[in-house]
Amino acid sequence: MIRLLPGAGKHVTLIPNEWSVGKLVTMTTTHAAEAPPPHAPDGLQEHFDATIARDQRIEPRDWMPDGYRKTLIRQIAQHAHSEIIGMQPEGEWITRAPSLRRKAILFAKVQDEAGHGLYLYSAAETLGADRDDLTRRLIEGRQKYSSIFNYPTLSFADVGVIGWFVDGAAICNQVPLCRSSYGPYARAMVRICKEESFHQRQGYELLMTMMRGTAAQREMVQDAVNRWWWPSLMMFGPPDDASPNSARSMAWKIKRHSNDELRRRFVDMTVPQAEKLGVTLPDPELRWNEETGHHDFGTPDWDELMRVIKGDGPCNDRRMERRRTAHEEGAWVREAATAHAAKQAARARKGAAA
Amino acid sequence: MSAEQSGKQGWPLYEVFVRGKRGLNHVHVGSLHAADDAMALTHARDLYTRRNEGVSIWVVRSEHIAASTRDEKDPFFAPSADKVYRHPTFYDIPDDVPHI
Repeated sequence: MIRLLPGAGKHVTLIPNEWSVGKLVTMTTTHAAEAPPPHAPDGLQEHFDATIARDQRIEPRDWMPDGYRKTLIRQIAQHAHSEIIGMQPEGEWITRAPSLRRKAILFAKVQDEAGHGLYLYSAAETLGADRDDLTRRLIEGRQKYSSIFNYPTLSFADVGVIGWFVDGAAICNQVPLCRSSYGPYARAMVRICKEESFHQRQGYELLMTMMRGTAAQREMVQDAVNRWWWPSLMMFGPPDDASPNSARSMAWKIKRHSNDELRRRFVDMTVPQAEKLGVTLPDPELRWNEETGHHDFGTPDWDELMRVIKGDGPCNDRRMERRRTAHEEGAWVREAATAHAAKQAARARKGAAA
Repeated sequence: MSAEQSGKQGWPLYEVFVRGKRGLNHVHVGSLHAADDAMALTHARDLYTRRNEGVSIWVVRSEHIAASTRDEKDPFFAPSADKVYRHPTFYDIPDDVPHI
């Protein structure tokens, strides 16, 4: 083990190690009882600020302000929970997919969502969060997930519209996060964005197929578009003047663009796709603005967003119940695997001693 | 007692390294929890190589990794900065000497 070098050890704070996450770095254990100092000593704050200013990444074992760490844990956890809960709306259609091809695609997509959740939990753990604790917080309703997953998937067209709108909105949100100042989060986002592109394209292709079908199928697509459009715009969060923490997150380069900016980008991106598809977006105020070079569009129902976030959306209870049940029903598998590993380890020890 | 109830007895954390293709080094890609090494490998395959991202995977218990001190501007690496003669650009060679 490497000895702590002179000068570096005076004010060691409890910084988690990318390699031994959530525990103390071995070399700092002698300082384990000390709480992090309220003000960063020895120019650590300056070093952190300079790293951000140079557009370099903060890595797990760097010193970082408490607020930065807490904001990131909250944001990454919420993002991870969204991916995990996000398996449900579409997952409900796996057994009812109209063909083996669509079933296989949907399986792969839902599996990706699980993967995204796990990449993100892994990133949160580099900040000292504990995965079991995060799961518990989700199940107990103490941490949130994206409001969008509290809406029902009423027809198979919803699977396509989710891919097109929800994953499209996720791409708008997430591509800039690939340059987030926190290294492990940015790296997770790179992987996720590559896969989201498959999600969006499969959704759009599904809808194109339905639009080439019967009048009833086209109606299903338009109905799904009507139901998902406004909730998708809400995915970007409250308007900028009602988003108090945004400025700080932007200063820390955790966030790169404002909610309204990303929302507008999503609208600009989606309008021509809707035209090609032959559907109408349900907003009478939606029109191209020559002057701004962007689309003007209506205001989402922010009261609805607040209601859904507070737990009163159409499916909040169902989503939470499903997650809780899955966790509880999987307990015996986790316990059996732990017992098996312990038995094998004991056998190996006995074998080595003999 | 269940791993859930005991909390701290949950599955240990593993770091995952993937060789993208033949000729490349294994690169750290992330971490996961697993009950044992075999499970860590199969989970790593499912989680990190769903699209041909690798031809070989290493997993290692995170607690078994020894790491250098915490900061990239660490005194640990300072000695490498003051030995400029280790770099080829340190040596002046006339322009008309070929192939050097």
